[in-house]
This record gives sequence, C-alpha cells and structure tokens, in this order.
Amino acid sequence: MKLIGKTLSVLAVAALLAATPAFAAEDGRREARDIDFSFEGPFGTFDRAQLQRGYQVYAEVCASCHALRFLKFRNLGEPGGPEFSAAEIKAIAASFDVRDGPNSDGEMFQRSGIPSDAFVSPYPNDQAARAAFGGALPPDLSLITKARKGWEGTLASLYTAKMFKGSGGPEYIYSLLAGYQDPPADMPAGPEGAAYNPYFEAGPWIAMPPPLSDDGVTYGDGTKASVDQMARDVAAFLAWTAEPKMEARKRLGFQVLIYLAVLTVLLYLTKKAIWARIDH
Amino acid sequence: MSGHSSYEFKNPVARWVDSRLPILTMIRAQGMEFPTPKNLNYWWTFGGILAVMMVIQIITGIVLVMHFTPEASMAFNSTEFIMRDVNYGWLLRYMHANGASMFFLAVYIHIFRGMYYGSHKAPREILWMLGVIILLVMMATSFMGYVLPWGQMSFWAAKVITNLFSAVPFFGETIVTWLWGGFSVDNATLQRFFSLHYLLPFVLVGLVVLHIWALHVPGNNNPTGVEVKSGQDTVAFHPYYTMKDLFAIVAFLVFYAAFVFFQPNLLGEPINYVPADPLVTPPHIVPEWYFLPYYAILRAIPDKLLGVIAMFASILILLALPWLDTSKVRSGTYRPIFRQFFWLLVLDSIVLGIVGANPPEGTWIIVGRIATFWYFAHFLIILPLVGLLETPRPLPSSISDAVLSKKKSQPQAAPGE
Repeated sequence: MKLIGKTLSVLAVAALLAATPAFAAEDGRREARDIDFSFEGPFGTFDRAQLQRGYQVYAEVCASCHALRFLKFRNLGEPGGPEFSAAEIKAIAASFDVRDGPNSDGEMFQRSGIPSDAFVSPYPNDQAARAAFGGALPPDLSLITKARKGWEGTLASLYTAKMFKGSGGPEYIYSLLAGYQDPPADMPAGPEGAAYNPYFEAGPWIAMPPPLSDDGVTYGDGTKASVDQMARDVAAFLAWTAEPKMEARKRLGFQVLIYLAVLTVLLYLTKKAIWARIDH
Repeated sequence: MSGHSSYEFKNPVARWVDSRLPILTMIRAQGMEFPTPKNLNYWWTFGGILAVMMVIQIITGIVLVMHFTPEASMAFNSTEFIMRDVNYGWLLRYMHANGASMFFLAVYIHIFRGMYYGSHKAPREILWMLGVIILLVMMATSFMGYVLPWGQMSFWAAKVITNLFSAVPFFGETIVTWLWGGFSVDNATLQRFFSLHYLLPFVLVGLVVLHIWALHVPGNNNPTGVEVKSGQDTVAFHPYYTMKDLFAIVAFLVFYAAFVFFQPNLLGEPINYVPADPLVTPPHIVPEWYFLPYYAILRAIPDKLLGVIAMFASILILLALPWLDTSKVRSGTYRPIFRQFFWLLVLDSIVLGIVGANPPEGTWIIVGRIATFWYFAHFLIILPLVGLLETPRPLPSSISDAVLSKKKSQPQAAPGE
C-alpha cells in the first residue's frame, strides 16, 4: 500500500512537471530579461541618482503620451524616492499647467502647478488618447511595474523563482524598452504601423514605436544615455512610482521580523519551561 | 469536560461585576482552567492562529474602510490613496490582503487536521459542521473583498462567478440580475459587495463563538483519538496551552510578516493593478490561490450547471463527512490504510490547485478531471469502504498511557522533558 501511494505521488508529480510547457515562443514572444536592480532583495534600496535620471527620461520621452496620475509633484521630494530638492520640485510643478476652478465667476481656469498637484495627464481622458493613437491607449505608468509580470512561475521550479525574483514587473519594462529589434525573416508581417517587440505581453507587435534612442536624453550627471541605460533608469523610476513606500516597508519589515523572531524564541523557551513540569 | 469554576475572586470590583455578569468566571473556566488533553501536537495550534488572524483582518479592515470609497469610479483611486497618502496605509492594505491568504492557509491546515484525527466524529459532528459553514462564510467574504479594489481581476472574477448562478434552471438569469443590481457587474454590485463584506466577518465571529462552544461541550480531541478518561489525561489550558498557542501564533506571524514586508504581491495577480475595464477581458481569469481547487473542479465538468453543482458539492460534501467515514477508530495514527488515502487527498487537493491556475487546455483538462473524480471518490467510495474493511492498529487504553509509553521508548529523554 505504501509503495502504491509513493508510486502514484511520484507519477503524478512527474506528469505535471512534464505537462508544463516552457514559455511558449510560437508567436515569437519572450519572457523578460532578468537584470539586477539596486532595489531587489530584502535589503535593496533605490539608487537616488538612478531615480532622478529615470524621472528625466519619463519627463522628456514618455510624458507626452503616458500619464502618471497617481503621483503628486511633492512625491518627488519625499524620502525613499528621487528626493529632488524643494526648489527643483517647485520648478517641475510650475512647468505644468493645471486646470483648476471653478473661480468666483464659475469658470474653470488654467494656472501653474504647485507641489501638491498631481501630475497632469497629456490627454483629458482615455478616449482622447485613443483618438490620437489610432485606437491604441498608452497606459498610465503610475503602477505599471506592479501591473505587469516579466515571467510566469513554472511548476518545475515549484513556483519558487517568484519568491526570490518577484514577478518581474520592472524587468518587463526594461526588456520592453530595450527589446525593439528586427523581426525574424520567417515572421509574417504585423499590423500597419506596428513595431516588432518580442517582450511585449500582447505581442510580438506593439503600437508604440521605439521611444528610446542613444543619447536621446542628456543626463545632468554626465552618465552615458544609451538605450540600455535609459531603459534601466526609467524602469527603476517606474518601480518607485508603483511602490513609493518600498524602502520604508523593507526597513520596518526588518525591525518587525527581528522583534518577532526574538519573541518566538522567548516564547518557545517559556513553553518548554512550563511543560517541563509534567510528563508529556 | 468542566464548564464551571469554583474560583473566588479576591478583588471586590471583580466580585461585584462577576456576580452580576459572570463573564470573569466564564473566562477562567473556559480559557484557563479548561481541562485539555496533554498530548496535543502543534497541528492543534491552528485554531488559536485562526482566531488571531480573524481579529487582524477585522481590525485592518475597519481602519481601511475609514479611507476606502466603495463606488465604481472611486474605489481604485481610494485604494491607491490608502497605499500612498494614508499613514501606514500601505501596511494596512498589505496586511489585509496577505492576511486573507494566511487565514485560508491556516484554515486548510486546520480542516485537514480534523480529517486526519477524526475530530469530526461523534460527538463532535456539529462542531465540524459549524466549521464547514465557517469555511463557506470565509469564502464568500474573501470573494467579495477581492472585488472591492475594482481592478481588472476584481471585476472579471466578479463577472465569472456571479454568472455561474445563471445555470440555475428557470430562475438563473433573474437571480443574476438581482445579485448584480442591474444588467451587468457595475457600481450597484460593488456597493452591495462592500456592505456584505463588512457584515459577514461579524457573522463569522458569531459562528466562531458557536464553534468554540460546541468544542467545549465534549472537550478537545487529541492525536490518539481516545477520549479523556481521567484527570491524568489532561492539563489546565492555562498556562500549558496558552503559552504553546502563543508561541505557535508568533511563529506564524513571522511567516505572515515575511509576505507582508518582503513579497506583498507574490500571492496576487499583477493585472489587478489595472483599473477595471468592462470592455477589455484579461487573457487569463484566475481567482486567488485559495479558490484554485474549486475553480479546477468547476471547469473539469463540461456542463455549466453540473460544474457549478460539483463546485459547491465539493465543500458541502464535507458536511456529510461524519457519516461517510465509517471507521469506529477516530485517529489516523491507528488507521494505516486510511492514512495513505488521506495523504493522497492532500496531494489531490494540491494537484487541483495547480490545475486551477492553468488554462483549461490539453493535458490540464485530463489531469483536472482525474483529480476531480478522485476527490469525490475519496469521500463517497474510499472513506466508507476503508472504514468498514480496514484493520486498525491497537489503541492505547488512555491518553496518559500513550504519553507514558512514548516516554518509555525515549530512554535518552532528559528528566522532566
């Protein structure tokens, strides 16, 4: 009986492992490239300079089409993020026109942005954006790195890869931005005006043309603005916009885990001491 | 089992209160002096863990509601407001979302413990059935809770699951329209789910009180399945089990905290961070992990109505367990054949979960159907037969005998260990 049980279990697991396909590549799509980010792991933190560069890429390249509506200008100065100075934030905010009102005449009006305002979206609503791009909608980027995955967990690895590597949202953004390439010769032509990108989740044809080109942005700190560098920087920036509390979360988590671990040990010793009184 | 305490309170205020409402005496009798078998292992700590998780969910939930707006155009935004602008809002949200997962993990372990050790057998049938109802209420609560942030998966899971009720003959469509509050999943649905999501946890508290009351009538089961014969078999709940449970609870919190602080989105679906769009269907609609086995059973049957019936039957069949399991012997420790089928059921449940996570194509369909068949076969065919045909191992004459004979077989044990 035991042997039957063991054999059945082994057969069942083996069958399942065999049944799990490797990430299907018939239509040319690929999983994200797993690159390293400074904020990975339980002790990872954001690289301030990288976040500032990433913001610059967003502001100069992406902001013309993509909104960032959950971010306020003041978030750029808060701890755990790019930590721009108060003066820089005022200047950034002031460069936007914000719709406010109604005033005492009952009219809506435009005014310069202030730090407490939210980022202004390039289009007033989704339909306006779709109209500008032939039906395609550039998604809001505030949560994009939490809203995408770079890879599926595989049964073969018992889904443990995700435990350590995460779902790969930032890696997805990096791979997408750096992954524009010529389609293979045997690939049938895609829709009119679409670009080939095997890293696009709904791909391999994507409506967004390659947004990054070498030296498209001039970094203030002198870093070479290659496509790869800009893709990494903006992916890191977007990881921050999606999780502005990440550093605080990990810091508190470290303290909580230490506290609970010590408490666990103390409680275990207490339990042992109490139970030592009796036969059990 | 003893329900009365003869303790005299020394403090005059305590005596004054207690003589008017004997709540202090009740706590002493039920929570401190309560005679508990002395051989309970760590699988018995999950009841305490569940109580703590329930309190955590209620507290985090109530504070979240102070900042959440349950209206379709504002739900997603208010959730982000909690994550970004409410002080420690991110912590509340991640605790609540991961707390639900931990609640289910603990409840499944608790249920499997009950199955293995025969805790559902006479005289604990009602205790067990209350537990099954608690599971159903938990499932309803967490399903509606997942809809509230109004992400893509929130919306589409609501649509898929509420649509299942259209399988009911004659009245199906009417029922669905009534549930929705309209002709599709929309604001009315969200608002009523919010109302019920706030209500059901308090129903749960009441059911848990009944559950513990039903337990305290016969007292706890124990790993031997042999009933308490004398005071030799038991110890006072306090301090032995208060401290053992507390240790187990804090150890569980370490596991919980690892998720909350270091991988808070691991158990979730990324697409739920995209606001709900009725016009865009996600490529894969999957429920949270704790619903995957039922999802697999639902999709294993090709007919819509039969699939729904099978899905509900997979939980309702648990209500019949005390009568399906025909063995006179309670604990799996002494049931060598049953034990192996028990672990096969555990494996089968995990397989069902994996099937539920994958699209219903190719090999997954066959595996899902075999696993579904096995699940029902376990309860309807195997358990009744094994109980009648199995030769159990000889039972110890009492709990204290079992404890003493275990000590005899451990000659290296330190004195008093």
